[in-house]
Formats: sequence, C-alpha cells, structure tokens
Amino acid sequence: MTRVYKWEVLKLLAQKRTYLGLGAAAAIPSIFVVVLLFQTGGPNDVPLGRYIRETGLAVPFVALFFMSIWAFPLITALVAGDIVAAETHNGTLKTILTRSRDRGEIFAAKVLAAFSYTIAAVIAMAVVGAGAGCAAWGFKPLTSLSGTTVSAAQAVALLAASVGVYLWPMLAIAAFGVLISTVTRNSAASVVGTLMFALLMQLLAVLPGTEPIRPYLLGTQFDAWHGFLRRPTDWVPVLRAAWLCALYAAVPLAAGYLVFLRHDVAGE
Amino acid sequence: MSDAAPVVARGLVKRYGEILAVDHVDLTVERGDVFGYLGPNGAGKTTSLRMLLGLIRPTSGSVRLFGRDPLHDGARALDGVAGFVEGPRFYPYLSGRRNLRLLADLDGAGADGRIEAVLELVELRDRANDRVGGYSHGMRQRLGIAASLLRQPRLLLLDEPATGLDPAGMRDMRELVRRLAGEGITILLSSHLLAEVEELCNRVAIIRKGRIVYEGALGELLRSAGGGYRLRVGDPERARLVLLAQPGVAGVEVRERELVVACDEAAIGVASVALGRAGIEITALVPQTATLEELFLGLTESREEEAAA
Repeated sequence: MTRVYKWEVLKLLAQKRTYLGLGAAAAIPSIFVVVLLFQTGGPNDVPLGRYIRETGLAVPFVALFFMSIWAFPLITALVAGDIVAAETHNGTLKTILTRSRDRGEIFAAKVLAAFSYTIAAVIAMAVVGAGAGCAAWGFKPLTSLSGTTVSAAQAVALLAASVGVYLWPMLAIAAFGVLISTVTRNSAASVVGTLMFALLMQLLAVLPGTEPIRPYLLGTQFDAWHGFLRRPTDWVPVLRAAWLCALYAAVPLAAGYLVFLRHDVAGE
Repeated sequence: MSDAAPVVARGLVKRYGEILAVDHVDLTVERGDVFGYLGPNGAGKTTSLRMLLGLIRPTSGSVRLFGRDPLHDGARALDGVAGFVEGPRFYPYLSGRRNLRLLADLDGAGADGRIEAVLELVELRDRANDRVGGYSHGMRQRLGIAASLLRQPRLLLLDEPATGLDPAGMRDMRELVRRLAGEGITILLSSHLLAEVEELCNRVAIIRKGRIVYEGALGELLRSAGGGYRLRVGDPERARLVLLAQPGVAGVEVRERELVVACDEAAIGVASVALGRAGIEITALVPQTATLEELFLGLTESREEEAAA
C-alpha cells in the first residue's frame, strides 16, 4: 500500500496541474495582500476582514473564507477529478491493474494521494497567506470573532486548528471528485462536475428556505472553524463538522470503491 | 494448482447491450505453446484478452490462469502472467526507466533489480531516461515487452505486438518472441499478421464475430485444407477421364489448364503412370497446400456469406 501511495504522489509531482493548483493556492492570498496594500478599503463583511490591517495573521483566516466558494473546490477538483479519469484516458489504468496489486489497494492509494494534495494546497495557502500578511502588517495579536484579543502565538495555534477543521469539508469535496472521476472516466467532466457539486453545496447553504437543514449542509461546514475564534470556543459546529464531513466523504468513497472494483477497463 | 494449464477459458461471453462482443469462447493454452489468436478487426480478440487479464468482467463464463480466477483471486491470479492489450501504455510525463521503476515497485519480488537487464534486452538503455511522451511507437512496444518481462512471466499475452512497426522492428519483435518462447515462456499472441503467426505459433484459434471457428494445432489446420494434388497436363479433359478411372482418386476438378485431384500420395503415383501410358504429358505435379491466409479468409469470410445467404 505504501509503495502504491508513494507512486501516486510521485505521479502527481510529475504533472503540471499539481503545481498549477498548489501555485494558485499560494498565489491567491499573496495577490490579496498586494491588492490591499494599494487600496484603503477592506473585506469588512467577512469574518476578521475588518482587522486585516491590524495583523498579518488575519490574512489566512480571511482567505479561508473567500477561497471556500470556488477557489479551493476548483484547486481540489483539478487533481481529485482527474486522478482516475486521466489513467483511463491514457490507458495506464490497464497497465497498473495488470501488475501485482489489487484494485482496492490502487483505489485507496489514489484517494490518499488526492487527499494529500488537498491538504498540501490548504496548508500552502495558510503558510503563504500568513507569511505575506505578516510581511505587510506584522506578526501581531489577533482580534477574535467575539472581540477579545488573542496573542500572536495563540493566533497561530488557532490558525492550525482552523485549517485542520476546514480540511474536513475539503476532503469531502475531494472524495466526491474521486467518485465522479471513477464513474465518468472523463477528466473534463470530472473536474467541472466536482466544481459544480461544491458550488451547489455552497448555494444550498445560503438559499432562503434551507434554514432548518442548513447546519447539516456540506457548504456550512466550511465555516465550522469560526467556533475556534469565539471566546469561549464554540465546539458545536466543530463536532458537527467532524461527523457530517466524515459522512459526506464516506458515501462517495464507498460508491467510488465499488465502481472501481467492478469497473470494466475497456478501450480508451 | 501448479500443473494447471496457463489459460483455460470456458463459455466466455461479453455482451454490451444488444451487441454480443464475445460469444461462448473456449480457449485452452497449454504450457510451452506459442498460441496464435487470430481474427478480423472487431471479432472479439481484444475483448477476450481483457477478460483473460481480469480487466473486464465476462457477462458469463469463466477464466483460469494457471488455475486461478482473475475475478475472484485478484492480483494473485496474475502471478507469473504478464503482457498488454491494445498496445502497452505508459505515463508520458515519466521516463522509460521511471515507468519501469513504478511497475517494478507495484510488482515487488525483486522486479526492481531486473530493470537494467530488460532495458538491455529490448535495446532501450540509451533512451531510458527520456520521457515516454517522446518515444516512437516501436519504442513503446519494446518498453511494453520490457515491462512484461520484469514480472518474469510464465505466460505472456501480447496483443498485436508488431502492429505499427517498420519491417526491421517487426523482424526484431519476432526474434524476441521466438527467443522468449525458446526460454520456455508460454505465449498467447493476438495478431493480424498471418505470416507472423505461421512463423511463430504451434497452435491457433480463429475468432469471427465473437465465436471461435477453429482451435487447434496450426499444422493440422494447414493439412486439413491440403490434401490432393495440382496437375498441369497437355489434354486436361482426357486426363480427367483417365484419372477418374484410377483407384484412390476421389474427384477431379478442372481449373483452366490445371487439374485438382483429390487423392493421397500412393494414388497420385499410380495415376501419373496411367497418364503417361495414355500418352498424356504431365508438365507439373505439386501437392496442394493452403496458406494460413487462405484458411483464415475461408473460415472468416465463408461463414459471413453463409449467414448472408
């Protein structure tokens, strides 16, 4: 399993689209900082947006918010949506399926590789965003969503925790990408389909009339990290995101696994 | 288990909606065979090979490779089995050597230590660090063989290995197949190239519209269509009457100035003497044989005509 996973990661590292995704994840917060340096206004209507010039540590939090709408889903879809479909298109799926590895092992390695890439993209954004923000506005204490001040060191810990929680819905999106990639066997359809799914989830979370089910929608879980920035910490959205995102990921993964096991690898 | 035949397929069927791609195919490839699998385009060769390798699920029927079922035993069923269908495919953004390293890692069992030897065997060492995306068709075919040999196979399935190669490449591929067969590897070779099959294979199966129309020894197939002799004589009509009067002559067919006589070797000897006594000169007498191409076309086209009739 470790060897199969290693090669899935090495294959990703040999493809331009991986760097395109990781580069975009790192570039977006940097561009955001540069733009804010040249204008006086700010993203006052987003969480922590009004404090963005008080400390560079606010930058990655703000980026987490606005990148959840389409940037991160697109970055994730680029790889997760392609990870099986590209192999079908290139005809390499038959190459690896006629070696000494079972289909389940190959599928698991592909899922783990897609997850690893997604985690790397979010971490890249957080690190570069924090770095660029601190270079522009300094490594200073952060004002929490409850209006209290947290030290810079504490803010870094909160950022790490928030990134961890934010990854859960991202991994659910990646799981859906792997499913659609397995089912459609078409890279373009999978990438677009994954992005559409993520946008639909976001849309459902803001549509009027969805209030009763809103806490349970995938789109809402992108805001679960807000719980860490409240004083005292609000664990309810965090815990709900944990089990809900596990469920949102488990269903497509189970379906994808079953499809992959029975998948006819016919002409490409 | 270890005594089981390399390939035993029974009643293999693959249906895509209304289309019956493979229709109750039975195949047996014995140890040491170089088995030719012949058929026109779209006859079901590649679909059958995919089922043998477990890449697609049969609608019904069973496959055993050395006694193991690829659908139930998974990768274990492919122990000792290697090959490719519809041409070998590799990651174009990785070098040839890196592709082999990847596959060797998936195989384990010391395959990594064989990379340089198989690259040497297929004469790709000089280009092994180039990306496969820049390889010619022939180089990819050779890399496909190299990738197969990493597994130290006892059974090699090759789908049209010489297709698209230039004459020198085809000759080299034939040499390689012959050498591998000489080392005791059982080979299942799907091919359009009848001369190649005739040269390399001891047994063949011919598939047409998803059905096997012949399976058996190649020599037997060639002999079955032979028998009889072709004669060129001075007076064909009189010669026909003389021949028909001879013992052992089952029939005589006149084709322009040539006679086709259905009889065995002893009978043609007696008949030729009779022709001489009758003053009919014989200018040519040759045993009638059929080429694999004639047989192939006969088996695959005549049935189509029958079906159309």
